Amino acid sequence: MAYPPADGAAGNRPALVRVEGVSFSFGFRRVLEDVSLSIDEGDFLALLGPNGSGKTTLVKVILNLLTPERGRVFLWGRQAAEFLEWERIGYVPQKATHFDPAFPASAREVVAMALRSTRAVARLSRRKQEEAIRRALELVGMDEHRDRPIGRLSGGQQQRVFIARAIVTDPGLLFLDEPTAGVDAETQERFYDLLGRLNTAQGITIVLVTHDIGIVNKHVSRVACLNQKLIYHGRHEDFCRSGVDEMLAGGQHLVSHRH
Amino acid sequence: MIDAILHYAFLQRALAAGLFIALACAVLGVFLLLRKDAMIGHGLSHVAFAGVAVGLAVGWMPLLSALVVSVAGALGIMKLKESAGLHGDTAIAIFSSVGLAVGIILASVSGRFNVALFGYLFGDVLAIEPLEVGLSIALAILVVGLVALNYQRLLFMTFDREAARVAGVPVRRLDALITVLAAVTVVLGMKIVGILMVAALLVIPAAAGLQAARSFRSAVLGACAVAESSVIAGLLAAYVLDWPASGTIVLAAFLLFGILFLLRRRG
Repeated sequence: MAYPPADGAAGNRPALVRVEGVSFSFGFRRVLEDVSLSIDEGDFLALLGPNGSGKTTLVKVILNLLTPERGRVFLWGRQAAEFLEWERIGYVPQKATHFDPAFPASAREVVAMALRSTRAVARLSRRKQEEAIRRALELVGMDEHRDRPIGRLSGGQQQRVFIARAIVTDPGLLFLDEPTAGVDAETQERFYDLLGRLNTAQGITIVLVTHDIGIVNKHVSRVACLNQKLIYHGRHEDFCRSGVDEMLAGGQHLVSHRH
Repeated sequence: MIDAILHYAFLQRALAAGLFIALACAVLGVFLLLRKDAMIGHGLSHVAFAGVAVGLAVGWMPLLSALVVSVAGALGIMKLKESAGLHGDTAIAIFSSVGLAVGIILASVSGRFNVALFGYLFGDVLAIEPLEVGLSIALAILVVGLVALNYQRLLFMTFDREAARVAGVPVRRLDALITVLAAVTVVLGMKIVGILMVAALLVIPAAAGLQAARSFRSAVLGACAVAESSVIAGLLAAYVLDWPASGTIVLAAFLLFGILFLLRRRG
């Protein structure tokens, strides 16, 4: 069964991620129902939905951390279960900042553990590895704090270190799950500017999961709205005209059928 | 004191085995503590007791029988932990008490509940035999080597298991590795401080290393320094004071931990 992309704007660039008719349940509770969407190279996709709408579950299905009941996921055209080049994907989990604050790791070590855990990197010389670590920390503006323990950094600084950890393998695709929870507004603003730079200057495709519609800002190019089913998937400008955003912002319940 | 080490072969053997074993315990201990798995050493030491009793009963080298039984017990704990319906340390508690039960029955039935078993319970490093020294050093090197080989991946999964999985780290295989290595170090540590205190070698130097660490590397190096100092200071003090080596080593480790703990609290 072939699923067309949710809208016709994909052009002929190859989809990095293609989700086809995915359903998933925790026990008897249906979390995802027949979700299909594609993520193209260069997208900055905001995956929106209220708490408990299945956003995190969808990301985990895409990353092969959970196996869907029905449907399939393709990464770079290859089924997720058979995909091997995981260094092409960066991931900042929802609970990334929930680590034990006494964990003895410096910011540099946090970035290094991701780089040196990947198979592809074993071939790089030590000097090249150190360079990659420094470059990732510089990109997020954290190189001057490289030797400080991760637990003693501010929430915003920790987030930036986790971004550095996620991009140190030079991935083409970056997933961030609720990255600004518990971070003040000004820091959030700078954080989204950083993501915008990574998207435009570094050419990294970004998927940002959030329940906060307020973050859908100038950097986001596409929007997907999820509440068990996919309610909206398309360009940011169209999203603003569709009225779904006002519904979300108005705190109304999301309609559970597709528009 | 230096003279004593130079003169007495039994002291040299104890020191050599002790230094290598304590190093393996310290390195692995840092990972175990951060995985919130500190109790596995305690549980496995009781399983090792059953292994020693098997060895004494059937006439094998107790170090080897304890090794086999402990590794099997470690894998059993892991399997039981993964199965649904068991919370937290339940699997460890079950295995440690069954280990003691099997051990005491075997020792009683075979009539070998004697001085040899006493040595395994409370440690008798000064009586360690040359063959055991060689085996202990080889196994300790194996443990440290395997941890070093997987250092970054173990660190990644200890810090953020989910992100490590996405990065392709084989977390379940490495869980098994850590658990089996814990069983090996428990058996090795048993030779120095005995079954009843072996958890101390896994926990105290690692906890001390974690006190002042600003990086993971410094935590591991600190734990190693504390472990080695405890063995040297403990053995020498035991020799001079004529105290049991096992208890003295554990107290030396605790003393160092206490100093680092207080320093951190004040600094």
